[in-house]
Amino acid sequence: MTYSIVAEGLAKRFGDTVALDGIDLSVRTGTVFGLLGPNGAGKTTAVRILATLLRPDGGHATVCGHDVVEHAHQVRQLTGLTGQYASVDESLTGLENLILIGRLTGRSRAESRARARDLLAVFRLSDAADRAAKTYSGGMRRRLDLAASLVTRPRVLYLDEPTTGLDPRSRNEMWDIVRGLTATGVTVLLTTQYLEEADQLASEIAVIDHGTVIATGTPEELKTRTGALTLAVRPSRPADVPAVTAIVAAITRAEPAVSNTTVTAPVSDERLMPAVVRRLDDEGIGVAELTLRGSSLDEVFLSLTGRRTEDAEGSVAA
Amino acid sequence: MTTASTIMDSTVLEYPDAVGQRALTPRVGPVDGLRQTFSLAWRTLVQIRHNPVELIDFSIQPVMFLLLFTYVFGGAIGGSPKAYLLFALPGIIVQNSLFTTLNTATGLSTDLEKGFFDRLRSLPIARFAPLSGRILADLAKQTWAVAMLLGVGYILGFRIGTNPLGVLAATALVLVSTLAISWAMVLVSMLAANPEKVQIFGFVVLFPITFTSDAFVSTASMPGWLQAWSKANPVSLISDAVRGLMVSGPVGRPVVESLLYAVAFTVVFAPLAVRAFKRRV
Repeated sequence: MTYSIVAEGLAKRFGDTVALDGIDLSVRTGTVFGLLGPNGAGKTTAVRILATLLRPDGGHATVCGHDVVEHAHQVRQLTGLTGQYASVDESLTGLENLILIGRLTGRSRAESRARARDLLAVFRLSDAADRAAKTYSGGMRRRLDLAASLVTRPRVLYLDEPTTGLDPRSRNEMWDIVRGLTATGVTVLLTTQYLEEADQLASEIAVIDHGTVIATGTPEELKTRTGALTLAVRPSRPADVPAVTAIVAAITRAEPAVSNTTVTAPVSDERLMPAVVRRLDDEGIGVAELTLRGSSLDEVFLSLTGRRTEDAEGSVAA
Repeated sequence: MTTASTIMDSTVLEYPDAVGQRALTPRVGPVDGLRQTFSLAWRTLVQIRHNPVELIDFSIQPVMFLLLFTYVFGGAIGGSPKAYLLFALPGIIVQNSLFTTLNTATGLSTDLEKGFFDRLRSLPIARFAPLSGRILADLAKQTWAVAMLLGVGYILGFRIGTNPLGVLAATALVLVSTLAISWAMVLVSMLAANPEKVQIFGFVVLFPITFTSDAFVSTASMPGWLQAWSKANPVSLISDAVRGLMVSGPVGRPVVESLLYAVAFTVVFAPLAVRAFKRRV
C-alpha cells in the first residue's frame, strides 16, 4: 500500500491563534481522503501547508515522497490546488486562464491552447471559452477552477471546500466530476463541512476540530461510531418531552439532546424506527414530528466531542 | 452522470504515469523565470481587451490631464498655452508614470484578495514571477503613455528641443525612477487590506507629492518652506531631468539626483517589499 500524502505533527499558529495543533494524516494513493470539520477547524491551513503555500511551524509532510518545505518546487510539480483561496483571473476568459497556466508551466503556445480546449470540453465549458470568467455562474466558475488545477496533470489534487456555496444541482455535478477524477488515478484530498459530501466521495475521513484530528476512519466506521442518522421526535404536547426522552434513550441507547420540544439522538440502524413508533403509540403520545434523517456535521460533532460546533453554539436553545 | 463518464473515458485527465513519467526539476531556471514573467505580463495586458475601461485609465487620462493643464491653466501659468506646454509636458509625463505605479499596487492587492496569487504560488514557477510580471506590464503601459503624451503633445505644438537620443534617455530615466518607486507601492499593496485602501493611500500620498513639485508650475511663487521641500522632491528632480533631456536646461545634476533617489528607493523599499510579499502570500 502506498501513500501519496503523509503528514506528521503538522502545527501552525497565527499570532495567538493555534490553527493546527499537530495533525497526522496518511492519504492512500489513488483514493479520495476527506478532511471534515467546521469553519476554522484548520482544514484550509492544512491544505495550504500541503500545497506549499504556508510553512508549518512544527511537524513535517511529504507529497509523493517529497518534503513540502525542503522540496517545495518538486511538490508543486505534482500537485494541483482548487478551492476557496485558489482562483482564476476573473478578467481573463476561461480559455485564456487555462492557456496562461499551460504557458507558465513550460508548455508551448500550441500545446497550451490544445490542452486548454480539451479541458474546457471535458468540463463542458467550451461554449463559454471566450467569455470573461467573471460572467460565469457559480458552478461554471468551480469547474473552471478545477480545470485550471488540472492543466499540469497533477498526481495529487487538493479540493478545498469544492461545493461550499453551490446550489444542489451544481453540487451533484461536482461530485460526479470528483468521482470521475478518481477513476483516472489521481489522489484527492478534499476538505468539506458536509458529512454527506465526505460520505459520498471519500474512502477515508479525518474529522478535525480546533487544529487536531478527533476521529478517523472509513465513512462506515465513522457512521457506526457517531450514528449516521439522527432520530428526531417532537411530541404534540410539550408535557410529553420527558417521556419521549426516556423512550428515545431506551431504544437508541444514546443520550438524547433536547432542543425546544424536539428530542434528537444519533442512530446507526434505521430499523429502530418501527420500535419508536410502537412505544410512542403504546404510551399514547401524539407526535407533531417524527423523522429519521442523515446526521449533520454538527450532530457528528456532538456525539464525538460532547459539544456542538462553534457555528451552531449561538443558535442552540438551552 | 454524463460528466463523470466523459471524464473517465477521456485521457485528458490522466496523470503522467499513464502517459510516461515526467522528470521533476529541482528548481526554476533563470530563463524559465523570465519566460514566466513575460507570461504574467501578457496576462495583465490582455485584460485590456476585455476591459476597455482600463484603456481609458492609462491612455485617455494622461491626455485629459495634458489638455486640461495646457488650455485651462496654461495661459494663466505660462503666459500662453503653447509656452506652458513646453514646460508642463515633461512634468505630466512624470506625474502620469507616478500614478501608474498605483495600478501596480491595486493590481497586486486585487490578486491577493481574489486568491489568484494562491493559484500562481501553487504552480511550479519562480516566486518572483507574479511580482515581476505585474511590474513589467505596467512599465509597458507607461512606455505607451509616454509615447502617446509626446504624440498628442506634438499635435498641440510641443517640440523636442534636444534630439531623439535625449527623448530615449528621458523615457529610460522615467521608467527607472518609477520602477524604483514601484517598490514602495508594492510594500503598500502588501500591507493594505484591500485594493480600495491601496487606492486611498495612493491618492492621499501621491497627489500632494506630485503637486508640491515643479512638475506643473515654477516654484518661484511658493512660500519658502514649500520651495525648500519642492527642491528636494523627487518629482521635481525627475521633471527637471526630463525637461533637460527633452526640451532644454541643465541635465547632469537633475539626472544624477534622480538616479540617486531611485537607488535610495530601491535600497530601502525593495527588501521591505519582498519581505512583506513573502509574509503576506
